Amino acid sequence: MQTEVVTTKSEGAVPGNGLDRENYINAKHGIWSWLLTTDHKRIAILYLITITLMFFLGGAFAAGVRLELMTPKGDLVDSDAYNKLFTMHGIVMVFFFLIPSIPAVLGNFLIPIMIGAKDLAFPKINLLSWYIYMAGAAFFMVATLFGGVETGWTFYTPYSTAFSHTNVILAAVGIFISGFSSILTGLNFIVTIHKMRAPGLTWFRMPLFVWAHYATSLIQILGTPVVAVTILMVAVERLLKLGLFDPALGGDPILFQHLFWFYSHPAVYIMILPGMGVMSELITAFTRKRVFGYEFIAISSLAIAVVGFLVWGHHMFVSGQSTYAGMVFSALSFLVAIPSAVKVFNWSATLYKGSVSWESPMMYAIGFIGLFTIGGLTGLFLAAMGLDIHMHDTYFVVAHFHYIMVGGAIFAYLGGIHFWWPKITGRMYPEYWARVAAVLVFAGFNLTFFPQFVVGYLGMPRRYHAYPDEFQVLNVMSTAGASLLGIAYLIPMLYLTWSLFAGKKAPANPWGAKGLEWTIQSPPTTFNFDHQPVVTEEAYAYAESHDTSHDPAAPPAQAHA
Amino acid sequence: MSSTHHPAYVHHFENLGEQKEAATFGMWVFIAQEILFFGGLFGAYAVYRNLHPEAFYYGSHHLNIPLGAFNTAVLICSSLTMALGVHAAALGKRTQIVGWLLATVFLGSVFLGIKVVEYKEKFDHHLVPGTSFDASQLHMESIEDPALLAKAHKAAQIYYSLYFSMTGLHALHMIIGIPIILWIAARAWLGQFGPEYHSPVEIVGLYWHFVDIVWIFLFPLLYLIPKPH
Repeated sequence: MQTEVVTTKSEGAVPGNGLDRENYINAKHGIWSWLLTTDHKRIAILYLITITLMFFLGGAFAAGVRLELMTPKGDLVDSDAYNKLFTMHGIVMVFFFLIPSIPAVLGNFLIPIMIGAKDLAFPKINLLSWYIYMAGAAFFMVATLFGGVETGWTFYTPYSTAFSHTNVILAAVGIFISGFSSILTGLNFIVTIHKMRAPGLTWFRMPLFVWAHYATSLIQILGTPVVAVTILMVAVERLLKLGLFDPALGGDPILFQHLFWFYSHPAVYIMILPGMGVMSELITAFTRKRVFGYEFIAISSLAIAVVGFLVWGHHMFVSGQSTYAGMVFSALSFLVAIPSAVKVFNWSATLYKGSVSWESPMMYAIGFIGLFTIGGLTGLFLAAMGLDIHMHDTYFVVAHFHYIMVGGAIFAYLGGIHFWWPKITGRMYPEYWARVAAVLVFAGFNLTFFPQFVVGYLGMPRRYHAYPDEFQVLNVMSTAGASLLGIAYLIPMLYLTWSLFAGKKAPANPWGAKGLEWTIQSPPTTFNFDHQPVVTEEAYAYAESHDTSHDPAAPPAQAHA
Repeated sequence: MSSTHHPAYVHHFENLGEQKEAATFGMWVFIAQEILFFGGLFGAYAVYRNLHPEAFYYGSHHLNIPLGAFNTAVLICSSLTMALGVHAAALGKRTQIVGWLLATVFLGSVFLGIKVVEYKEKFDHHLVPGTSFDASQLHMESIEDPALLAKAHKAAQIYYSLYFSMTGLHALHMIIGIPIILWIAARAWLGQFGPEYHSPVEIVGLYWHFVDIVWIFLFPLLYLIPKPH
């Protein structure tokens, strides 16, 4: 790609570092310059701060769940409080952390830069989407302060509409509102990617991160409105006593499940697809190699988005839906594993004969490959109708989706945050501590969730605060792992914050990576590029220069020899 | 076309043409989202009409078809005035844009006014779902099978729940649309639109047409249900 080498001649300055020059952070001052900004990079920072708070709130609820499950008896909290803990954990993590995490932070920051644009197509709508997210979060917080909600994050009817005495309406309205933040982010990405690519940046030259976000945005546009209206129907049924899902009137609660999972299964892909996009960037950067099978990875993102809309019935094998429908949903669920496997194989093939190095983002990436594979394969166990009857609503399911959402999405998120941290902040983080944290996250994660596969297979159901004595050993292992994981999450929080003030100044391209974002100063200027960049080659064109550290086109100073 | 000196031009686009394309495309993507948003309710409608055909027939029998039909005509006319407004904007005729947009607002308000009359009828006849719902208003006595009659008596509430949800959500879209059209009309009055730049008029037009088309589906689905056999 045509590079715009940013250098400075002043003594002792890091080439391409913009902290002492004008950049998006020091361009304007004051709280309102942040709260009313339309700069996609500043909005990404707003999201970063808020979703980090949400992540630790959701983690606190999870800590409550794991502490209760240390002992077989329900002795720490009663069953009602326990129901609230796992419900709030699920709602916060899914709707207020995972769904916005990679798209709203890294996507917002990087997509315009990666395609050579000055901003997203609709900067004001971008800011609006953050305020909508905050409004949704505020409703949810009020619901929490009034005592929370205990329906499970799935809001199954008729429990949620007719029987629950908790703050279902407030929580539902919060989720309904925050859904529109996700829709508007997706809309912005789709229009930006279609209309604002730099000259020469054809569809098949785009970084795979952008492809993954394009596929994610399609799901946000086509899936999120359905769950929005469904959640609205639940709220309206409670509020106005309409009879939309009420079995006493001849309504069908299973219809709710169909409408809910029509979105909420694709929502799983909203959470994992952006992570897959991050993965493609990390793997290529730390193997210094062209990605294996670029087109297949790009198209597999779209295939996941499309087929992902046709598999929702696999959540309902025991709901009484027709056996034939179940067979079709089972077959389609096996089908959606193919494009996911294509990605895993292609990343693995990219490693082959690459110059692999083990910086902390790469450690998360390798962790992702292993954990996502386990999560994906156990998903196939659950997609098999016969086996699912045995494992439905057990801890096996809980372990499965945590391998995807934590082992997949959060590993990719952490890997991506580390990888682009120098670009976002202009500072390097301490690599030693980052590696320690990555190892601890991996160990803590597996100790938490692997025992849950076993205990679930042995028959421990989810969503109960008490369990038979023979499951205690595995549950204590899981709680120990969760404690380790909690500490491991705090470490990056501390050293990343520290690095903002005392971290080494980052060069323009600390990893020797390819991509337009590495050709501009760290942190970037408000309009990203001084001149409109022109793209003349495909993404990940690493092969042309065997030794990137001596390539004049690539800015120097790899952080790692 | 590609002026970068126009007052409406925003710096992060390459030129005014790209800006216009992005705005129009963005509205189409938004409409795709809207279709799915209404889609949840249309899906519920399809399932429940299939489960409870009698309740839907007798429920719809009590809707006011002449008023519904008149409203359909009003909305189609409002789509025409909106299209003429967009056409006038493309030609840069200031007073014509404002005139057609105000005509659209007037017709939209007529629609909403008639909708209020219809809703009031339902309130007066105890056909609003909830504790005061009175299915005897629907005169289902001609259903001979007592089990079927009892089922239809209850399920009539589901029909009216859908009626109010779907028409209510549609009306909400119009209530949001009208002030936006007024705002666009004010901008037109200030002379902000011309042959070079009129995408706000165009995209609010797209939105308005979409809202009309939703009604074109709602009217037959809710008002014109034939007797099941």
